[in-house]
Amino acid sequence: MKKVILWIGCLTPLGILVLETVQDRLGANPIERITHLTGFFGLTFLLVTLAITPLRRVTGWNAAIQLRRPLGLFAFFYLCLHFLTYIVLDHFFDWGTIVEDILERPYITVGFTALMLLIPLAITSTRGWIRRLGRRWQKLHRLVYAAAGLGVLHFFWKEKADTREPLIFAAVLAVLLLIRLPFFKRLTARRRSPAPATAVIDPARSSG
Amino acid sequence: MLIRRPSDIPSSDITPESVYLDRRRFMGSVAAGAAAALVPGSIAACEPAEGRPAAGTEPAGQEDEPTPFEDVTSYNNFYEFGTDKGDPERHAGSLRTRPWSVAVEGHVAKPATYDLEDFLRPHTLEDRVYRLRCVEAWSMVIPWRGFELRRLIERVQPTSNAKYVEFITLHDPDQMPGQRRPVIPWPYNEGLRMDEAMHRLTLMVTGLYGRDLPNQNGAPLRLVVPWKYGFKSIKSIVKIRFVEDQPSTTWMKSAPQEYGFYANVNPEVDHPRWSQARERRIGEFRRRPTLMFNGYGEEVASLYAGMDLRRSF
Repeated sequence: MKKVILWIGCLTPLGILVLETVQDRLGANPIERITHLTGFFGLTFLLVTLAITPLRRVTGWNAAIQLRRPLGLFAFFYLCLHFLTYIVLDHFFDWGTIVEDILERPYITVGFTALMLLIPLAITSTRGWIRRLGRRWQKLHRLVYAAAGLGVLHFFWKEKADTREPLIFAAVLAVLLLIRLPFFKRLTARRRSPAPATAVIDPARSSG
Repeated sequence: MLIRRPSDIPSSDITPESVYLDRRRFMGSVAAGAAAALVPGSIAACEPAEGRPAAGTEPAGQEDEPTPFEDVTSYNNFYEFGTDKGDPERHAGSLRTRPWSVAVEGHVAKPATYDLEDFLRPHTLEDRVYRLRCVEAWSMVIPWRGFELRRLIERVQPTSNAKYVEFITLHDPDQMPGQRRPVIPWPYNEGLRMDEAMHRLTLMVTGLYGRDLPNQNGAPLRLVVPWKYGFKSIKSIVKIRFVEDQPSTTWMKSAPQEYGFYANVNPEVDHPRWSQARERRIGEFRRRPTLMFNGYGEEVASLYAGMDLRRSF
């Protein structure tokens, strides 16, 4: 049941996008709208993924950990759509412009870097890789914090004047990172229910 | 004289609004096309919106067909009503464009505050199709209706101290909900050097597509300067001021390293955060190259002779 709700929730943004496209409701500048929506949802899912561990600690709902991998992969999925929109729809494989953008436009540089950082995380998200990497898996997956930070910066730098939305993202990310500091961990530790004896695979528990 | 009361007019005599609007739109675009053919500097291939592009006047892929009315009126940067492109259409209904007054101040022989009707009365309106290039690298082609700003300037007689013209938008957060947040400094203001203001391509605009300006497009009175980025073409003007010093404009105040006073369309001078070499014409898939001075260089390049456009951006 949990999985079904998760998949419905995660595919809803894609459904909205497809529906708007089919009904020709993307507006006067459809490519801009697709770019914005895929980026917005990708970044949102990334922050939701980062919220799972604190949620679990605060509420004691340990099963929430099962949501973390699919959420992270959906974030990656939407961010790939975002990048593909940029490559195919926006610039139609105009590699000269694309490379120049990535090298010279700071907001694109950081956005591109964020996506690159997520690639190894997506690849090593399988059980096999978790087992193979052992403790190194946790270290590697701390890259998600950098990716999220760069993603929010990308959003912030892209705005012309109205930075309200990226600032909300930045505030949420700041809270999610602060909660992970030892001081806040101690504050929430009391409310944590004892871990089950047979825990699900959760190598990132201590760092996450 | 017999004046028929509305009840005397059979409903069959009343033209349905859709037909009426279509007809006005059609007439407007025909007139616009004709005007464009007459005015060098406006685009050459100006058929009616529904028409075919004129053959052989531009290189392939460079045709300038008017952007559909629906796009011109639903995709707007008018932060007074919100920063989303759809906000102006959604929220501009709260703008009251009548009564409307326009103040003419500063170094002029005849400073005065005019009621809009009196302000417009001496001028004959004409239709002109211009390209509009936004600083965000998208563009449209719009059949405007208005008159040359220089006719107004001649009328109010600036003194020799007037070196610049400054324009100011209405500031009223009740009517303009976007002004309740300090996204950019309010009220919006813009400015032109006197020779730019006197250029025959510079228009005071009251309509588009042959009808009155929709609120979201800057009703009831706006500026249109086709060789400059769209933000120079200030909307919903309430004050025109003739000044000696170059005014500091809203976007210059908001981000001085990104927006200059001149803001001439220039594919060689990038915005610090994105390229200005290409643009997306609304309704087209592939980006097209941006033209120097938005393609009006023949008419306006001489205004900037000897200037370093990289520094005076």
